Amino acid sequence: MALGFLSRLKQGLSRSTAKISESIGAVFTRRKLDDAALSDLEDLLVAADLGTAVAARIIGEFRRTRFGSEVTDDEVKQALAGEIAKILAPVAIPLALDRGKKPHVVLMVGVNGTGKTTTIGKLAQQYREQGIRAVLAAGDTFRAAAVEQLQVWGDRTGAPVIFGPPNTDSAGLAFDALARAQEQGADVLLIDTAGRLHNKAALMDELQKIIRVIKKKDETAPHSVLLVLDATTGQNALNQVDVFREMVNVTGLVVTKLDGSARGGIVVALAEEFGLPVHFVGVGEQAGDLRPFDPGEFARGLVGA
Amino acid sequence: MFDALSNKLSGVFDGLRRRGALNETDVMEALREVRLALLDADVALPVVKDFINKVRERAVGIEVLDSVSPGQQVVKIVNDVMIEALGGAGAVALNLNAVAPIPILMVGLQGSGKTTTSGKLGLRLSQRLRKKVLLASLDVQRPAAQLQLQQLAERAGVASLPIVPGETPLQIARRAMDTGRREVFDIVVLDTAGRLSINQELMDEVRDIRAATNPAEVLLVVDAMTGQDAVNTAKAFNDAVGVTGIVLTRMDGDARGGAALSMRAVTGAPIKLTGSGEKLDALEDFHPERVAGRILGMGDVVGLVEKAAETLDQEEAEKLAKRMARGQFDLEDYAAQLRQITKMGSISSIIGMLPGAGKIQQQLEQAGGANIDKTMLGRQAAIIGSMTRKERKTPDIIKASRKKRIAAGSGTSVQEVNKLLKQFDDMSAMMKRMNKLGQKGLMRHGLSALMPKGMMGGGGRPFR
Repeated sequence: MALGFLSRLKQGLSRSTAKISESIGAVFTRRKLDDAALSDLEDLLVAADLGTAVAARIIGEFRRTRFGSEVTDDEVKQALAGEIAKILAPVAIPLALDRGKKPHVVLMVGVNGTGKTTTIGKLAQQYREQGIRAVLAAGDTFRAAAVEQLQVWGDRTGAPVIFGPPNTDSAGLAFDALARAQEQGADVLLIDTAGRLHNKAALMDELQKIIRVIKKKDETAPHSVLLVLDATTGQNALNQVDVFREMVNVTGLVVTKLDGSARGGIVVALAEEFGLPVHFVGVGEQAGDLRPFDPGEFARGLVGA
Repeated sequence: MFDALSNKLSGVFDGLRRRGALNETDVMEALREVRLALLDADVALPVVKDFINKVRERAVGIEVLDSVSPGQQVVKIVNDVMIEALGGAGAVALNLNAVAPIPILMVGLQGSGKTTTSGKLGLRLSQRLRKKVLLASLDVQRPAAQLQLQQLAERAGVASLPIVPGETPLQIARRAMDTGRREVFDIVVLDTAGRLSINQELMDEVRDIRAATNPAEVLLVVDAMTGQDAVNTAKAFNDAVGVTGIVLTRMDGDARGGAALSMRAVTGAPIKLTGSGEKLDALEDFHPERVAGRILGMGDVVGLVEKAAETLDQEEAEKLAKRMARGQFDLEDYAAQLRQITKMGSISSIIGMLPGAGKIQQQLEQAGGANIDKTMLGRQAAIIGSMTRKERKTPDIIKASRKKRIAAGSGTSVQEVNKLLKQFDDMSAMMKRMNKLGQKGLMRHGLSALMPKGMMGGGGRPFR
């Protein structure tokens, strides 16, 4: 890897946020922080998906502390980044595997198309590089070729993939996978699941069933339930997290596709509303592009400071 | 999560009871609420600004009519402007005016649902329009993506282009068109890999594919949950390949779908189809007038009626109606009705489709009725299931010891059995009243004639 971790993350993030920083630059080079300026700044935050409520709160803080002062572009960026980083700091918690568990069971959940399978593939690759033995369970038995997609990742990383024929009961498969992982003394079991919209009660029941069934094999499992979120998602992410958290006790978030033009500002709103740990952010196609979440870097990237 | 916009607007205009024209200040205040509602529904900021300007132009100076509240008038203007912005009433069909094989190019971000939509499109074109369809996956990026489309094609009963490993997307596209010509296909659907709008290399690639195949439709597939980024994505794809139509996926979720408005505004291309489920036949025409209400949080009455028509067993419903009319409604019928309701989804989601539902939901919650959900319906079904046939036909015979048995059998309590019987009594009484009133009475007094006093709250005015 030619680039260091920070510069790589920054590159990924700043690409996605070049626009917002440009606009902040345009608005705030030498300007009095008056009502109009604050209103423009609020618009910029809203356009980054922070949501109207969070944007209003952050701008309210600005109004209280800095109203009427002459500010430069850089000051505004730094202050804004600081404000956002303060909200994000408590949720920046890396995923810690419990090495006492053989295996530590990770259940990957989320709506369709957020990148669950790809995230598992990237994690498997990283674990292999760290000498952690992973087993993958192809629990998406619904979507066409989802099993084959995970198998390709298994081939790439050398991790065993447990799978069944199409439309296998995913709970049964998860149970078998846990049994196999235990036999092999694996360090971590990554269970893929079919994407499901959070408002489909029957599909959410199915997810609860997977958890019930693997508890029969290991009462403490799953040790992590990761909700994978797409950074392009708007305010609906709040509903997603709310329902998944309630139904399957989500322990942490993974935010994918931050290397696009989406700014992922919804993460700030999620941190305020739920305070769930953000374990990883995805900033590129490579396995190494799945990174621990750094709030300072993310906040500075978000405003272009 | 959000109150219906109409509720908020009624609030804004509550103090405004005088007659005359709406002035700028009145309207501005209302439009602040509209602005927030649109942003909360994920409509992109620049699009919101345009929208608000249009509404203001139309709303300032209109006469406040006697019969309608100013709030409702503004809501109507907002709704009208929204429908226009989404493309006007009615659906826009796919453009298939080209020489066969007609290429249709599918583009979009990763995970927006291109491959699934391609499969659905194959089924729709072959079944509804009797076209011979070839599906071809140009996705050499995501592992097993080509296999996914192949499997979807099999399920849809349409052909798919044989997979040749090592080909570039452009080569696959050319081979697909050659195969289309040689084997006389009507339509060739070209499914491309998901790509970020800022990835220049991949955007160039899709531009080349477009140039090589000259598609009749370039469909941009977009997730209905997309946030503010919708404008960037739409602009990038439109600049690169000239989008001719938009497909909005995951409309079966609970996102308000403001991205629809953003996409339409940026590309000028009509939204042609919506994906609303995991099954291959869950691809529908886009009706602006229905989605307008959804974005504004004003309910989707047509959607409700369609959903009811789809899921309710027509025959059973008619049988039920007849028995009701004769006053023969018993617990068996009640159970049958419960089953039908369960099929339609939770009551609150149904209520959510009704206009002005925000208020009703609030009232229900205040009345402690917030727990009307599937689990309760399930328990009621279990209670009825634990009764004997005789008990269901003549509930009057159910006294203390029978109640105990039923409660034990259904895993509930005597109180719950009582509650169910009381509910059934109320319902029977309501039906008798309905029969007495007859068709005309119902028209004259509306639903309020049937409800116990106070249940309809302030909204119990007769329909006229």
